[in-house]
Amino acid sequence: MSEPVRDTGGSSTLTDDTKSGDEVSAQTYDGMSLAELAKHYQLRPSAARPGMFAYGRQLWERRHFIMGFATARNVAMYTEARLGQLWQVLTPLLNAAVYYLIFGLILNTSRGVPKFLPFLITGIFIFNFTQRAFITTSRVITDSLPLIRALPFPRGCLPIGYVMIELQQLVMSMVILTAIVLATGQPLTWYWLLAIPALGLQSMFNAGMGLFLARLGAGADDFGQLMPFLVRTWMYTSGVMFSIETISSLKNHPTIVYLLQINPAAVYISLVRNSILLTQRQSWRGSAPYNNQLCVQYYKAAENTHSPTSQLLLSAHCHGPISIDQLWLWGVGWAVLALVVGYVFFWQAETRYGRG
Amino acid sequence: MVNPTVVVDDLHVVYKVYGAGGDKGTAATALMRVVKRQRRPSVREVHAIRGVSFVVNHGDAIGIIGRNGSGKSTLLQAIAGLLPPERGCVYTSGQAALLGVNAALLDDLTGERNIVLGCLAMGMSKQEVKDNYQSVVDFSGVDPAFINYPMRTYSTGMAQRLRFSIASAKSHEILMIDEALATGDANFRAKSHDKIMELRGEAGTVFLVAHNLAEVEASCNRVIWLEKGKIMREGEDVPAIIDAYLEATGGVPRKRDTVAENDHTS
Repeated sequence: MSEPVRDTGGSSTLTDDTKSGDEVSAQTYDGMSLAELAKHYQLRPSAARPGMFAYGRQLWERRHFIMGFATARNVAMYTEARLGQLWQVLTPLLNAAVYYLIFGLILNTSRGVPKFLPFLITGIFIFNFTQRAFITTSRVITDSLPLIRALPFPRGCLPIGYVMIELQQLVMSMVILTAIVLATGQPLTWYWLLAIPALGLQSMFNAGMGLFLARLGAGADDFGQLMPFLVRTWMYTSGVMFSIETISSLKNHPTIVYLLQINPAAVYISLVRNSILLTQRQSWRGSAPYNNQLCVQYYKAAENTHSPTSQLLLSAHCHGPISIDQLWLWGVGWAVLALVVGYVFFWQAETRYGRG
Repeated sequence: MVNPTVVVDDLHVVYKVYGAGGDKGTAATALMRVVKRQRRPSVREVHAIRGVSFVVNHGDAIGIIGRNGSGKSTLLQAIAGLLPPERGCVYTSGQAALLGVNAALLDDLTGERNIVLGCLAMGMSKQEVKDNYQSVVDFSGVDPAFINYPMRTYSTGMAQRLRFSIASAKSHEILMIDEALATGDANFRAKSHDKIMELRGEAGTVFLVAHNLAEVEASCNRVIWLEKGKIMREGEDVPAIIDAYLEATGGVPRKRDTVAENDHTS
């Protein structure tokens, strides 16, 4: 039996619509074609795609499943370890320890940023949320094929669930981050509350992109393989380990600095930094009246590795590529854009994910 | 009285299989394929269902028989809307559901969490999960002391009993039962057989895929014999079709079918 194998290759078939009902069937039943019969008794196609808004309603009805699925995955991740759930806290803590060792003790560099260590660890943790969400959602359909072929549920539950898994991990990381930031001498202020809407927007962005990437990854596994490299490149252009504005080679290219600063990862990282790090707010370019002399003084200080914080805070007197208010607008814009595009793009292929 | 609940109209189902072999699988051969602009031979599309049509009425119990790889499970998945049709269409009066939640469960989780997860995956609300939880535990017969242990620590029989209990916690309008679900010791087999009967009573329409032909003959009023993705014979004369099937397959039907529905045996 070799007949049923059609060698039509491995290209993505997720883009062509399934043809249904456009062929007149040969069989009749009580004088009606089968399609007419089904219509007469108000039967509906089993693989029919719900309407765009009905789909959103279905996802909302499955919210307990999404959260249950996310929690279950997180719990299952550490059951083999002797320390168990403690790893949810230990993993980010050890991550922070590694960066402290390299950047705090070995390199001991400020790179023109006042209080570099909390700046760095905030960047790492916030970027990690988006990074993990991107990598896991681009593989979610391939990884969950047995589940998709066994149970009916809106498939959007899967990428959203994966983003929720990472969000739960992020909450643990934020607890550690709070401790680190306070330990490095940053004060606890009302500004901290702004981290919540910032992370909310980032979660929306991740969920939208997760839906988008899940469909892309469903067509070709190669995409899932490529994703870690794309994301790592993105990390190096998003000001995770340095401040975008202090790159000396970009000093005379304000447009490039602006473009780097409005990329979604840099936006969300900056928003969280601005809410929990006082020194970041104080040193934000353009937050103080422009003063050429003080700005030049800052650039001199930034050249040295051991400049005092007070000198590095003078960057506030330089021209800034973007204000904090504008940053919030970009944050909202990216989140809404990703969510709308991702949702529609994923929904369009809803019935075809079972094909593999 | 005609009251169709499932109409299958010239259904064709195609799905992809990865790693089907065909080249040496080295990086060099893969590179040559890219250079020559050939497609990857190890990704194959299997045309599993090729033009199947039938109508099922309310109250019908349909037995589906056929050899390994004849497309029985694929047909059920297509009726449930899990695999999209390549051509043709399946119309149903409601959501058709396969009995089984194995794919949603995680062995690393405790039995308790798996019950909740499995029930949520089947579409129960939080309240329904709460209401059903105790009856699932009771039915499975899993020792209450074990319910807080990860499922991977369960014996095979115990895990199978729990999986069956979770899967059978919800009743469906169109129920599809694939293969022998009744497993475990003799006592549980009898219990699960009764449970399946109960679910079938609640369901308006039942599909049964089984290799136990006596079971099909005893409980189905219609039978569909699939062969290479097409209907060989179909009708209400169950014993005659089963006899013909037995004759065609050499008299002795296989006892077990495996998950690999599309291994090419013939």
